Amino acid sequence: MNLKKRVTIGSKINNLGDNMAINEEARDAVGDYKAGWHDPENSTIRFDFGLSEKVVRDISALKEEPEWMTEYRVKAYNQFKDRPMPSWGNSEVLQEIDFEKICYYLRSSDSTEKDWEDVPDDIRNTFDRLGIPEAEQKWLSGVTAQYESEAVYHSIREDLESQGVIFLDMDSGLKSYPELVKKWFCSVVPYTDNKFAALNTAVWSGGSFIYVPKGVTVEMPVQAYFRINAKNMGQFERTLIIADEGSSIHYVEGCTAPTYSTDSLHSAVVELVALPGSHIRYSTIQNWSANVYNLVTKRGIAHENATIEWVDGNIGSKLTMKYPAVILKGEGAHAEVISVAYSGKGQHQDAGAKIHHLASNTTSKILSKSISKNGGRGSYRGLVKVSPKAENCKLNVVCDALILDEDSRSDTYPTMEVSNPSARCEHEASVSKVSDDQIFYLMSRGHSEEEALAMIVNGFFEPFTKELPMEYAVELNQLMALEMEGSIG
Amino acid sequence: MGSQTPLLNIEKLHAGIDGVEILKGIDLKINEGEIHAIMGRNGSGKTTTANVVMGHPDYEVDSGKVTLSGTDLLNLEPWERARSGVFLSFQYPQSVPGLQVGNFLRKSVSSVLGEDFAKGSEFRDKLKSSIEELGIPRSFLSRYVNDGFSGGEKKRFEILQLMLLRPKLAILDETDSGLDIDGIKTVAAGIKASIKGTTSGALIITHYSRILEHVKPDKVHVLIGGEIVATGGYELAIELEEKGYDWLKNK
Repeated sequence: MNLKKRVTIGSKINNLGDNMAINEEARDAVGDYKAGWHDPENSTIRFDFGLSEKVVRDISALKEEPEWMTEYRVKAYNQFKDRPMPSWGNSEVLQEIDFEKICYYLRSSDSTEKDWEDVPDDIRNTFDRLGIPEAEQKWLSGVTAQYESEAVYHSIREDLESQGVIFLDMDSGLKSYPELVKKWFCSVVPYTDNKFAALNTAVWSGGSFIYVPKGVTVEMPVQAYFRINAKNMGQFERTLIIADEGSSIHYVEGCTAPTYSTDSLHSAVVELVALPGSHIRYSTIQNWSANVYNLVTKRGIAHENATIEWVDGNIGSKLTMKYPAVILKGEGAHAEVISVAYSGKGQHQDAGAKIHHLASNTTSKILSKSISKNGGRGSYRGLVKVSPKAENCKLNVVCDALILDEDSRSDTYPTMEVSNPSARCEHEASVSKVSDDQIFYLMSRGHSEEEALAMIVNGFFEPFTKELPMEYAVELNQLMALEMEGSIG
Repeated sequence: MGSQTPLLNIEKLHAGIDGVEILKGIDLKINEGEIHAIMGRNGSGKTTTANVVMGHPDYEVDSGKVTLSGTDLLNLEPWERARSGVFLSFQYPQSVPGLQVGNFLRKSVSSVLGEDFAKGSEFRDKLKSSIEELGIPRSFLSRYVNDGFSGGEKKRFEILQLMLLRPKLAILDETDSGLDIDGIKTVAAGIKASIKGTTSGALIITHYSRILEHVKPDKVHVLIGGEIVATGGYELAIELEEKGYDWLKNK
């Protein structure tokens, strides 16, 4: 294998030779960016653009993976290749994705770092701007920061280690705990689930692997930051969290991405396994730049009396299609999905939730809030299913939309398939607009029109924000205030 | 007193909404430390007067003058008027779900009076003593602004804002409606404490003499058809309650 130090300008790029801009971009990708927010990529390994079985095998070989993982990848690749694009959601925008223009693997640092001091300077610069070191001091009990395709920085606080908690990037997890990974990998989201789950399984890189032993409570939120930093760079992280019986964990991830001129694909898979009596909360805020396709499969299985909560905030991106799901497999299990979506100009957030009540006495709650502005489009798409054998289930769905101007749009696609008559179902939906009287009331208390709008918008998101660690809540409020700037008149 | 600049000076004010003239030449002067009342039937222009002074964007001012301590208000945005010292207690306060009362009060005090007033123990102490005076429980502070408030809670909340924002001019638009007798007493005490003996002034819009009995206004004006047709002392309010408005119309 002669992949090391191979640079990015591959034949596929040259075939597009009539487009000088793309050539220049490709050259930029290995050199210094003159302006903007990019850090030099410093790629030690980068594959050509485009995908083939060879690329999939090469990725696996480069990572020195066990045979079974390579086979998984190849099967998933074939699945991806054979499967048509989803015909629902925003299929028009989905058709714009050019899989040939995406680079499927890039590693910017040779090894996974353990000590913050050892992380290369330019990478640390990027993290500084994202405020990660400070965040770590306050909130982190362990950090894995994904830079491009692989985790470069990884620290586990001693108290976690001493409790037997495994917290690794997924690649290291596979190396160190192959049996554990083999047991649960693809057990929640099989590669046959959907086209993008297949793609992720074929080319996954990075993500987190967490195992919480029986009865252990991880008290501080565990955090990871993700970020796309290479043009046309698909990010395919894979996260697997296993909470053993009676354990509890809160995992927090935040994503921000700078603006790029070409389209980017983010297609992650997150699998949660909540064994009997355990509790997993998975909180996300994503703030993708307006050219990112964010197509993520998130699903958890909750066994007897286990709880899974998805707290999911989606801001930005060109198109997000994301429906955090919970399968309530064991009796007495509980699921909650609390999500917000903000769509600005040229953006479509197609988000929601999926809950399947397989067992009796299971309960679920969905709260979805969306804001659209400047022609943005927010859609709630939800599915709640109750199986015929599941007795006495309770489900509650609330979706609220706030539309900030005439050009923006909000749709709701709620589906309930209830096959057991003992189920108690509640569903509420509302669409509202900001009224002049509301703005005037706030202005009469000394707040400018923009401040007033930000207060209303942040208030609308409050049921979500209050679920976040304080630092994230503050960040989200500030972000929304920024989004409201220049929106008046 | 005659030579001093009035706190609020409204001169020949003509204003309306959607092209319909509602105020047909209002003249009104309130001096520092004075409490005035405006009474009148529904549709006589009371709320329009309040909204025009505060700067509601739906209302058009055709002609006339409105000044606060000599400063023209009509060219200012509503929040600039608030920062100059105008306060309006709304007849129908708007709810803002998700916006916590405590945060909102702190932000408003910071916007209107300046950041320093919203910091530290001074703000906390003032907040604590004000809610006690108004009989508002502490738990109120973590509720959302006017969201699910009863009529009485809304009105008490308006007065709480009045007490914290310390305006030069407080306009109270039917703050007594929807309050029981105890509520009226409490609110009246809040108004008096904020105005009497200070350099501030107040304009109370009401249908009833009861609140005025507690506040004891310096002047009572009667508004009919967008004009002030009579001005008197507190006794005018009592007379109106007994006789209605028709006798004034015929004058």
